[in-house]
Amino acid sequence: MSVLVDDDSRVIVQGITGGEGEFHTEQMIDYGTNVVAGAVPGKGGQEVAGVPVYDTVAEAAEAEDADTSVVFVPPAFAGDACFEALDAPLDLVVAITEGIPTQDMARVKRAEEETSTYLVGPNCPGLITPDEAKLGILPGNIFETGNVGLISRSGTLTYQVVDSLTQRGIGQSTAIGIGGDPIIGTSFIDALGLFEDDPDTDAVVMCGEIGGEDEEQAAAFIDEHMDTPVAGFIAGRTAPPGKRMGHAGAIVSGSGTGTAQSKIDALESAGVPVGDTPEEVVDNVEDLL
Amino acid sequence: MRLHEYQAKQVFADAGVPTPASELAATVDDAVAAAEDIGYPVAIKAQVHVGGRGKAGGIELVEDADEAREVAADILGMDLKGFTVDRVLVEEAVDFANELYAGVTMDRGEGKPVAMVSTRGGVNIEEVAEEDPDAIAREHIDPAFGMHSYQARKAVYDAGVDREIAGDVASILTTLYQLWDDRDGADAEINPLMVTGDDEVIAADAVFNVDEDALFRQPELAEMEEEGEFAESELDRKADEYGFDYVRLSGNVGIIGNGAGLVMTTLDLVDHYGGAPANFLDVGGGAKADRITNALDMVFSDENVDSVVFNIFGGITRGDEVAKGINRALEQFDEIPKPVVVRLAGTNAEEGMEILNEDLVTVEQTLESAVQRAVEYADEVEA
Repeated sequence: MSVLVDDDSRVIVQGITGGEGEFHTEQMIDYGTNVVAGAVPGKGGQEVAGVPVYDTVAEAAEAEDADTSVVFVPPAFAGDACFEALDAPLDLVVAITEGIPTQDMARVKRAEEETSTYLVGPNCPGLITPDEAKLGILPGNIFETGNVGLISRSGTLTYQVVDSLTQRGIGQSTAIGIGGDPIIGTSFIDALGLFEDDPDTDAVVMCGEIGGEDEEQAAAFIDEHMDTPVAGFIAGRTAPPGKRMGHAGAIVSGSGTGTAQSKIDALESAGVPVGDTPEEVVDNVEDLL
Repeated sequence: MRLHEYQAKQVFADAGVPTPASELAATVDDAVAAAEDIGYPVAIKAQVHVGGRGKAGGIELVEDADEAREVAADILGMDLKGFTVDRVLVEEAVDFANELYAGVTMDRGEGKPVAMVSTRGGVNIEEVAEEDPDAIAREHIDPAFGMHSYQARKAVYDAGVDREIAGDVASILTTLYQLWDDRDGADAEINPLMVTGDDEVIAADAVFNVDEDALFRQPELAEMEEEGEFAESELDRKADEYGFDYVRLSGNVGIIGNGAGLVMTTLDLVDHYGGAPANFLDVGGGAKADRITNALDMVFSDENVDSVVFNIFGGITRGDEVAKGINRALEQFDEIPKPVVVRLAGTNAEEGMEILNEDLVTVEQTLESAVQRAVEYADEVEA
């Protein structure tokens, strides 16, 4: 079992004719993902990585009976690509693109709230259900099937934690990169809820970071609604206020909201053990299982 | 990206927000000439991105040419919290009766813009927000519609602004929102928004932060960013040139990695193992050898750095490219300037390890051991 993505997912790649889009489409197909179409305006009728390309998402969705899309469209056009995917409509849209203007995402988010579509990202590595399907750019070889769900705002930090889990024989049900932007589709709470309802996820790891209050809200949700145990990690303890630490969303405000300490305190008071190092997170997961 | 005060004022004035007369000056003579033009009293204001400029001596009021000369000479070239002052804004002094606050920002939790008004302007508004949140009237704006006129009026009335000026303040708030929306603002703020004895409302300060991800469609603001680079440190300029996400800190362990979360974690681990991080440097995804070489050059040129930890977990970044870049950067030295510890994992890590010249670096297998080793090296240098 898994959440959001499995080997039944029928996937469109938006931006399949770009360098990144084509490369990662091949990687996704190699991993076993059922990529059924590409969508690029003006490129309808072509074929990329053995997959037919359509001019619009709606056309691709109808012709190939698709339910999911992965967005590899450049930042200036990615907001529009998300609107197109929401309108198709699809069940799941995964926006990989980094650098989408925040005001564009505020409008996309506003539109998403009126649909039943799950939007994951943007500025995320995507998601993977090991041995079934991956959507995005995650390196498939470090993952292994198992019973731990993973939610993270950061790509490479996810790989670090997953690698340690796998090396200690702990597999993953699904890993979701929710993205490092200030406005994202699927929040920690949304993803935690999905794992809580998944009978084959026995523990969840959430990797948060400085900025915003999503982790604090997640802590309250865990306290009130979750039986599945959660282990936490928070990056950015040493980040100075007012500086954007790589991710657009990773910033402690001048008034001191969004600090690592506030998130760690909130999680710990909800009974979530927060590791000081990635290895400690894996120790905590071993204890919880 | 933050505009300088003089730039933000220009943007606000162009949009129709009343601002005091002002001129930018880079020399003492120009500052005095500007003051003569405008007429005394004038304020001389350092143009650097530092909070609390006034308290730190970066803003002074002057009454005549002698004073203007003296103060301009003091402020130009002054070190203000680590920034050298290269430009001052000479500005008409406003005789105010009252100070308000008006601002627009993105409420990331709500995913919506929020417009704010308060009668407690002229002080740090974030402190007001903490001590007395009700002193700031907030109006969330539906991004699909933009700000309705009634919302501007409502915010102004809710804040308790005097009736005589409520219309003017609502109109300034509307303009501020429009600017924020049209020009891809992150934060737009007027603090203080001064009210004179004659009930004139004037923007005495101006803050405009632009969403860096939207600069591609804001050519005028992108130009202002370039023009404003005089106030940046040499390292920040270098980071811009190389296109790195870089933040300098006060420690001595240099850090290079890929991916924001992992680099932050590496910083935290340096601290956890008793060291002090010197910087955050994210080479980004899929970095090629040249970029890696540039990253090392960047960190080596920080004189505070005593050792470097290089932590790469390859997803779309390949270990062999990283190894080539490290070799290339280090082989140009007769003697390696600062010890470098390397940890490679993920895509093509094994190929990378074969390529890496181990005479030039220390290799560690895990993130934890790499950080510990770099902290030890830095301690040895300090001792």
